[in-house]
Amino acid sequence: MTFSEIMEIWWPGHAGASAIIWLMIIIITMWLARTPAHRAIKSFSFIIRNAMRMTAHSITSLEKHLEDRNREVLLNNGLEETERYIEREFQRVEDVVTRDLSGYPSLQRELKDQITKIDNDYRESSEVPPMPQNYIEAIDSVSKIKGNGDPMVTRILGEIQTTMKHNSEKEVAEYRRSSKERHSLLKTMMPYWRNLSKTLSSVEKKIVGLEDRSKVIDAQIEKYEQIMAKTNLAERVLSSSAMTQFFTSGLVLLIALLGVYVNFQLIALPMSEMVGGSSRLGPMRASDVAALVLVFFEIVLGLFLMEALQITKLFPVISSLDDKLRKNMMWVAFILLVIFAGIESSLAYMRDLLAADREALTQSLAGVIVEAPEFRWITTVGQMTMGFILPFALMLIAIPLESFVHAMRTVLGMVGVFLLRALAFAIRQLGSLASSIGHIILNVYDLIIFIPLKIESAFKVKNTESALEEKKETIESPAVKSQAVVNQDEQHNPSVSQ
Amino acid sequence: MIKKIQIAVTVFLLTALSGCSDPKSHATSVMLLLDTSGTYTQELNKAQSIINYLLGTMNSGDSFAVARIDSGSFSEKDIVAKMTFDDRPSAANTQKRTFQAAINKMVDEVKSSTYTDISGGMLQAIEFLEETGAGNRHILVFSDMKEEIPKGHIRDFPINFKDVTVTALNVTKLRTDNVDPREYMTRIENWRNKVESSGGYWRVLNDLDRVEKILEPVD
Repeated sequence: MTFSEIMEIWWPGHAGASAIIWLMIIIITMWLARTPAHRAIKSFSFIIRNAMRMTAHSITSLEKHLEDRNREVLLNNGLEETERYIEREFQRVEDVVTRDLSGYPSLQRELKDQITKIDNDYRESSEVPPMPQNYIEAIDSVSKIKGNGDPMVTRILGEIQTTMKHNSEKEVAEYRRSSKERHSLLKTMMPYWRNLSKTLSSVEKKIVGLEDRSKVIDAQIEKYEQIMAKTNLAERVLSSSAMTQFFTSGLVLLIALLGVYVNFQLIALPMSEMVGGSSRLGPMRASDVAALVLVFFEIVLGLFLMEALQITKLFPVISSLDDKLRKNMMWVAFILLVIFAGIESSLAYMRDLLAADREALTQSLAGVIVEAPEFRWITTVGQMTMGFILPFALMLIAIPLESFVHAMRTVLGMVGVFLLRALAFAIRQLGSLASSIGHIILNVYDLIIFIPLKIESAFKVKNTESALEEKKETIESPAVKSQAVVNQDEQHNPSVSQ
Repeated sequence: MIKKIQIAVTVFLLTALSGCSDPKSHATSVMLLLDTSGTYTQELNKAQSIINYLLGTMNSGDSFAVARIDSGSFSEKDIVAKMTFDDRPSAANTQKRTFQAAINKMVDEVKSSTYTDISGGMLQAIEFLEETGAGNRHILVFSDMKEEIPKGHIRDFPINFKDVTVTALNVTKLRTDNVDPREYMTRIENWRNKVESSGGYWRVLNDLDRVEKILEPVD
């Protein structure tokens, strides 16, 4: 039975009239089923909303759990990092103390010697020579005494004057000699002073260096304390630091990947000369796979070397090795790396030869005769150098890789929390939407059956009015009125009734 | 515990080995058929430049052959040069030089044939391509595609072109084509039907400036 046949079942050939009958049937059925239908819609929307809310709640608790775990990991990483930093700073302080301040007793002795010498010299130079007596006034007074023409007196006075002059000159000479000696003593003190000043300056520098280090240690200790106290500030600082590290190291790794690509291109062609150019491993040529393996092997060796040098700490097994064993491992990795760099350099040379041969063939096929370029050796040397240096340059990938790996845990955790939060929000919104849709369906339902509803409502109003009128008539009848008066009296005067 | 590790390693190795095997050969094999009938020999210089281009682009492991189309082309004698290039690029370059020399010699010494047995050449080419076992198979026909078979030769049977790309190069228009172009179109269409009906791919490339499209797969 087709839809149009069903439509015209009530009045065949009159689709419009049949449709109206169908509509009336539907409306009446819906009006009759209004209460259970409303209940079913409400229950359904309620169930969906509750299910969504419960799911959102579960996701929120999962998010909280993940957030707590992230916080824990972040703070632990921060603690470890700060501990390492403080340890390194203390190591530096110890180095300074061992290297510079271990010689402090000898330095003190040296200073004491220099001070003693200066003190002695100072003491010697402090003996100030007596000032020469004031002979000039005496000589002047003697020269003013008149001899009264007595040659004897004049001669005596002349002798006195000569003697006094002689004494005066002698004393001045003595004073000058003594002063000169004093000055020479003071002069010999100069180098000691300079030495002393120099020694004290160097001591000051060391002390200032230590003071700076102590400030850095103080700052780190403060950070450490904040992390230990699990403050929000510490968490924010660590998160921000992790994000920065993630992007910075990611960028460096990207550049390193380009380096890997260059390295691969340098050795892929000559590798086909060694392992064959036509064999394949899956979709890749065997020579390309061999070149990639070589490059990755060099990177792995570089990682091990950096681990053995304790620059990175990606593999705890290597860091915890015995020092001697670790050093041996370092040398083995280094020697292998040098060998691989040599191989790569020779492959780069072979690449140049192959490229030249290919170029010659292409020119011959094109019928062009071109002379070999004069400075081709520059390219050859450049390629060989690059082939030798790149493995060592790629070794440094270990540093950004370590930062990337450490920061990635934090960043992925943050992304996970964000996604869970967004999911919980979306599910909660869906729950609310389901509830709203339930309300809309109810309203639409009532809208469809608004005519029977109006009629029902009108009937209800009429019934209520008639009920009220009946009640009013009953109240206004004489028997009821007298009964009401009695009741009123009883309320005002209860003793009457008794 | 050790047993579990052993099982895990075995599973890993088996998975890795199964991933390594590649059933389809990535090598390319090409057979170029040169029409040496009538005045078409004058076009051979163009063919020479195409051969040189192909020699420049083909890699180690690829196979290349050049054969003449003459009165009876289903014969090894008509193969001018054929080679599967060595795994080592340097050795492959030497082979390419030898190949080029053989082609140059052929172009210098070629003589016009009376008939044009294209179908015989195609059969010869399919046989060669089959032998190489390459994944990408191409037959390049440097001809006007006008077949003239000597009396008594039988060529009116279906040829299996399955997975072979046939490219007609430099299909020159004959004097009769100018009079009635439908003849040219019918000729091309017949070859297309012959190739495509047996699972092959057909293409015509008259503009030799677009030579880089020769070994591209047909859309």
